[in-house]
Amino acid sequence: MKPQFPKISLMGERSILIEFEPEIRENLLERILIYKEVIERDIVKLKGEVINTYNSLLITYEYAIENAYEEFLTLEKLFQQVNIEKKLIPRLFHVPVCYDREFGLDLELISKQKYLAEKEIISIHSSPIYTVYFTGFLPGFLYLGGLDKRLHISRKNEPRLEVRKGAVGIGEKQTGIYPKSSPGGWQIIGNSPVQIFNKYEDPPCEISAGDKLKFFPVSKEEFYEISEVVEVGKYELKSEIYES
Amino acid sequence: MKAEIEVTRPGLFSTIQDMGRRGYLRYGVPVSGVMDQYAAKIGNLLLQNPADAAVLEMTLIGPTMIFHGSAKIAISGADFSPQVNKAPVSNNAVIIINPGDELSFGRRIFGCRTYLAVSGGFQTENPLDSQSWYEGVTAQSKLERGDNIPFNSAEDAALETQTAVKVESGYMEQSEIAAFPGPEYHLLSKEEQEILLNFQFSVGKNANRMAIQLKEEFENTLAPILTGPVLPGTVQLTPSGRLIILMRDCQTTGGYPRVLQISEEGMNVLAQKVMGDKLQFNLKIHQ
Repeated sequence: MKPQFPKISLMGERSILIEFEPEIRENLLERILIYKEVIERDIVKLKGEVINTYNSLLITYEYAIENAYEEFLTLEKLFQQVNIEKKLIPRLFHVPVCYDREFGLDLELISKQKYLAEKEIISIHSSPIYTVYFTGFLPGFLYLGGLDKRLHISRKNEPRLEVRKGAVGIGEKQTGIYPKSSPGGWQIIGNSPVQIFNKYEDPPCEISAGDKLKFFPVSKEEFYEISEVVEVGKYELKSEIYES
Repeated sequence: MKAEIEVTRPGLFSTIQDMGRRGYLRYGVPVSGVMDQYAAKIGNLLLQNPADAAVLEMTLIGPTMIFHGSAKIAISGADFSPQVNKAPVSNNAVIIINPGDELSFGRRIFGCRTYLAVSGGFQTENPLDSQSWYEGVTAQSKLERGDNIPFNSAEDAALETQTAVKVESGYMEQSEIAAFPGPEYHLLSKEEQEILLNFQFSVGKNANRMAIQLKEEFENTLAPILTGPVLPGTVQLTPSGRLIILMRDCQTTGGYPRVLQISEEGMNVLAQKVMGDKLQFNLKIHQ
């Protein structure tokens, strides 16, 4: 019997969707990213692009797909051949966050609901090494995995009409940074002065799927100092090769 | 020669668009680009521009603009009763513009979006390899009073003999929208599938470049999915029964079940729909 996953199907005239087990798992992400790399290199080349989410790959071509059957066969063959033992080499990025009350609008609420001191919230949030699963929602919005269970909290009943650019928030099991000001329903615990998405850079976002991220707390003074360096385009995110 | 178009009245909502941004989905950047690709291409074709040259996309109420420089222009797509110096001009024709001429629009006759193409093209910024306006990527996200839009002025604005372009406008009135099954289509029950395909839906009040929400609610039992890829043309179904058709400025990922995927030609039809317009999905099956 043919295994259920990966499931390959057409999505409209120009795209192919490849679905894996509906799970959020680091080794699944790794497998998907290895496939993605090979698809980009061997199949898509210059005539399309590939994106990934937790458990999917989407190939989008610039033109209508003429022979889907042939494309599917090529992909299936590729999945059988690819050596998924191969290791990706992620980078670990250190992202400053100011958890001051001025930015951490919902720290008090979380503290009450979770019986945690604000200091503990900050320490729990800035300890883990998060995994970047993909970018979506807004340009430069990173979907991070690895939030400590003690900080899982529901979204606001009424979303805020405007969440500040750089806001660091929590929504259910997820945490992330708003790359620009936008309406948003997450509980806000701080703000990062760095610019995750920069349209003048190529690539516009140096953190990508598979990379790792760690938050480090900074004071208000440091926040404004970093902001000034970011403003003039001189701030460089600290990063290193991450070996697990 | 560089020239400018001065905006004296901005109209409702106008943006510069080309065929969209390719290669930046992975950073969460939407594709963007003209909503009605067919109409935009007609305008460029009439002027012998490249088919993907940037155009001005104008929604429901057109702007008023003064040309500071001579130009050859074409207006295509919806019919908003275009006028040059208050005299009516035709859609889908090359129009000669002299410095100081005013282009304006009147009553909407049909369609939702009309396009202005300029011979030589608009010379606006091109961040991430596209001129398409999108908040946060381009400096501007909609046309404002006092804007000056740069374009390449035609040196010789005399009318040359032009190749005839056959223009089809019937699609704008069409209610049938060709669509393929989406990734979660098969999770709908047989009855739900039938309702989805046989019911006449109408365009609700939330309809813009990001998405068109349909007015009627569609009861269903689908569970949310793990956030997955979406595309312009993906039809999402929310737990409350709202059908959301994602359009060109849509996000790159979403968590609602994806029941249909609109065909390329269906996207052009949808681009011309206004609130209250009827539509019915016509399922196409991949060969």
